[in-house]
Amino acid sequence: MIGRIRVIAFNTFREAVRDRVLYNLVVFAILMVGGALLLGRISLRIERLVLVNLGLTAIALFGIVIAIFLGIGLVSKEIERRTLYTVLAARPVRRWEFIVGKQLGLIATLVVNAGFMSAGFFAALLYLQHRFEAADRFLLVALYFIVLQFVVITSLALMFSTFSSPLLSTIFTFALFVIGTFAEDLRGFGAMAGGSTRALTSALAYVLPNFAVFNVVSEVAHSIPVPGRLILFNSLYALLYATAVTSAAVLIFDRRNLK
Amino acid sequence: MSSRTKASVGVGLLLLSCLSLSVLALRISDDVRERTILKEALYIPSPKAVKALSLGYTGLMADLYWTRVVQYFGGKHHQGAEQYKLLAPLLDITTTLDPHLLVAYEFGSIFLAQRPPEGAGDPEAAAALVKKGIRENPEAWRLWYHLGFIYFEELHDSKAASAAFLEGSKVPGALPWMQVMAAALAQHAGEAETARYLWTQIYNSSENPDIRANAAKRLLALRVDEEVERLQSVADRYRRETATLPESFLQLVQAGYLPGVPVDPLGNPYLLVDGRVQVSRPNSLPFITKGLPPGQKPSIVAPPKGGIP
Amino acid sequence: MTAIETFRLAKSYKVGFWRKREQEALSPLTLAVQEGEVFGYLGPNGAGKTTTLKLLMGLIYPTSGTATILGRPLDDPKMKAQIGFLPEQPYFYDHLTVRELLAYLASLSGIPAGDRERRIETVLHRVGIHDHADLQLRKFSKGMLQRVGIAQAIVHDPKLIFLDEPMSGLDPIGRREVRDLIQALKDEGKTIFFSTHILSDAETLCDRVAVLNHGQLRGIGVVADLVREVSGRIEVVWEGTAATDAIVQLGAETHSSGAIFRAVLPEPLLERAVDVIRRSGSRLISLSPVRATLEDFFLEKLEREVETGSRVASGEGAS
Repeated sequence: MIGRIRVIAFNTFREAVRDRVLYNLVVFAILMVGGALLLGRISLRIERLVLVNLGLTAIALFGIVIAIFLGIGLVSKEIERRTLYTVLAARPVRRWEFIVGKQLGLIATLVVNAGFMSAGFFAALLYLQHRFEAADRFLLVALYFIVLQFVVITSLALMFSTFSSPLLSTIFTFALFVIGTFAEDLRGFGAMAGGSTRALTSALAYVLPNFAVFNVVSEVAHSIPVPGRLILFNSLYALLYATAVTSAAVLIFDRRNLK
Repeated sequence: MSSRTKASVGVGLLLLSCLSLSVLALRISDDVRERTILKEALYIPSPKAVKALSLGYTGLMADLYWTRVVQYFGGKHHQGAEQYKLLAPLLDITTTLDPHLLVAYEFGSIFLAQRPPEGAGDPEAAAALVKKGIRENPEAWRLWYHLGFIYFEELHDSKAASAAFLEGSKVPGALPWMQVMAAALAQHAGEAETARYLWTQIYNSSENPDIRANAAKRLLALRVDEEVERLQSVADRYRRETATLPESFLQLVQAGYLPGVPVDPLGNPYLLVDGRVQVSRPNSLPFITKGLPPGQKPSIVAPPKGGIP
Repeated sequence: MTAIETFRLAKSYKVGFWRKREQEALSPLTLAVQEGEVFGYLGPNGAGKTTTLKLLMGLIYPTSGTATILGRPLDDPKMKAQIGFLPEQPYFYDHLTVRELLAYLASLSGIPAGDRERRIETVLHRVGIHDHADLQLRKFSKGMLQRVGIAQAIVHDPKLIFLDEPMSGLDPIGRREVRDLIQALKDEGKTIFFSTHILSDAETLCDRVAVLNHGQLRGIGVVADLVREVSGRIEVVWEGTAATDAIVQLGAETHSSGAIFRAVLPEPLLERAVDVIRRSGSRLISLSPVRATLEDFFLEKLEREVETGSRVASGEGAS
């Protein structure tokens, strides 16, 4: 069982790496970081601020875009083009193993991708500061949180892929990303309302993914340390939420009549 | 139940439990994140930048920021904060995104002006915000009211306050009491009646629950101030007439000076300490200026008595 | 041992905007395939052949009925490890090479790493794509993809192989090679279930066939038995024009080359035809039975359906 999941995961990773979409966006992200260096030529403090803000935001946004397109492309497309008939029909692979394998392969791809972009980012930082400061270790936390976002996004992209077309899956996942970014405000809306609206809005805010909690870009830009408890609970949240979504994907996919 | 159905139920349970636990994780980490935000060193973008980033959806962004204003203030107020550094910038962004969001100006006029912990303690900023609102909404006569209010209550400039009310009364559609207020401020600035009238107007005309709650507390405080003054005069009379310091209100009751032991509007009894009337729980009455224990300063500066300074 | 067994296996789809109407893709199907057989599953396009295969493969779920493969339920992984499947119009992962694809699928089938390479080499030779082993799949033609499909279906040496239109996309040489392959696999003791609409292929290869039309089983049995159902015909060859009209009156078409005439008649009319020819003074040259083909069986069954407009009772025929 683990063996088969590993095989599927590795195959997903390989397929993703050969898909040239990945490279274009990664290059673009690296260019963004370089561009950030050209901005903010006022003082070193401001330069670092701008670099960190822009660089981390670029890595997050481009990473999310890559995550969505990759996730949809590798699963929704596979279902549409029926490449997975040979995998599911005459191999001892259970449908849930397929889903989990895909998920892990995608996460591995995105971690590597984030690694490349982070390397570019740290190179730019080094070029700016000529050395690394103690406060820079918080940047690693911010990057880790960005990767956690990728985990949640791929689970969503995967789930939508199990039942809707590539186009719709892309739209839905993007929409959830946008809404999830404002999740804290949604909770705020709910708190301001009363009665059934409040209950409904709050329930919605909890079921929808909350991406706001992973955003510590402003804090680390100002060299404010991120509390260890936050790291723990964010990790738990990402893990739990992604597992819940993947479970949904397994349930949907299991019942599905493949055309 | 077939094994496949059993498996589905199992996965379904996994889904629900993970989702519930994720909600739990979120709520537990809420306080960690709030503490981070309290550090107040967040990068607040300029209003123009936010407007540009809204990509035209300024209304929605304004609503968003308005929610954040309420959450920000409510959260900090709950913790008894001494500083509300982000309140003015947040309100500035909100009103730049939607200049016609009158409730934002209203909110700012009160909660930017009041002294901490009830507000940011920056009446100048409050006045500036309201003036911006007047510029953008010349037909909103109530904003003149809020401006006058700031001048009267926090800046103690009853001349300017009166002038503001006068300007406001000229706007078509303004209610007649604006003129009444202009006149009252010109002549009876120091009286409690004026303040009571002002706060009653706010309480009746605002729809925002925070503003109304605040107004209610202010009215309560005015009542307490009056009661304390009245009781103090009774105590002083007792002292004059019996040449002894009254020990307690029970003494005064037994001596026939009062019908019963007095309680404040919240139900807590008034105390008599060294011949001085005090409230038993000053923290439950944030805006009182009289009856505070010795050494405790009022959170607001009492208007000077007796007319135009 | 029964390799495949279905019991009233059926599939309907809900169609229409409100998904209220039901369209039956497969009527309750009951059949059994024995181990070691080459079983043909025939029918025109849209008959329900692919639906049956997808049901057996667990890609879609039946509306009613059950089936087992190798005595095990359809979702049993142990059973899945022993079967191979070639889907109709297969697509594969574009960016992989043939070798990588086969390695991937072979490892999923549980073939240990040591064995894998050897088996892949064998199978590449067997289907004739060894020269293109390291080419990326997106560069393959349809015919080559078909061969790849067959390769992945047999690389793990399954006991039972399902092929959906295995000859499609192949030129005559390719089809011959596939026919030979199927025969070779049969000689190895494997069971083969393949669907096709090309009847001549089925005729040469299959031990038994089932004929499907409009989702219903029209006939099942040994080829010889089935064609016997279609009335035998005799070809009559004679010389001389005198008999021609009379023969035509019997309802047969006549063809001529010079003075030699030829007609194909149903067996019951033979005696009368011979009579007519003798009495007209024409010379009877030969009488030879025309071997009915599966096609005749097919067409007759279908024509009958079209004529009467009703469903002939489905034949759960002799095995």
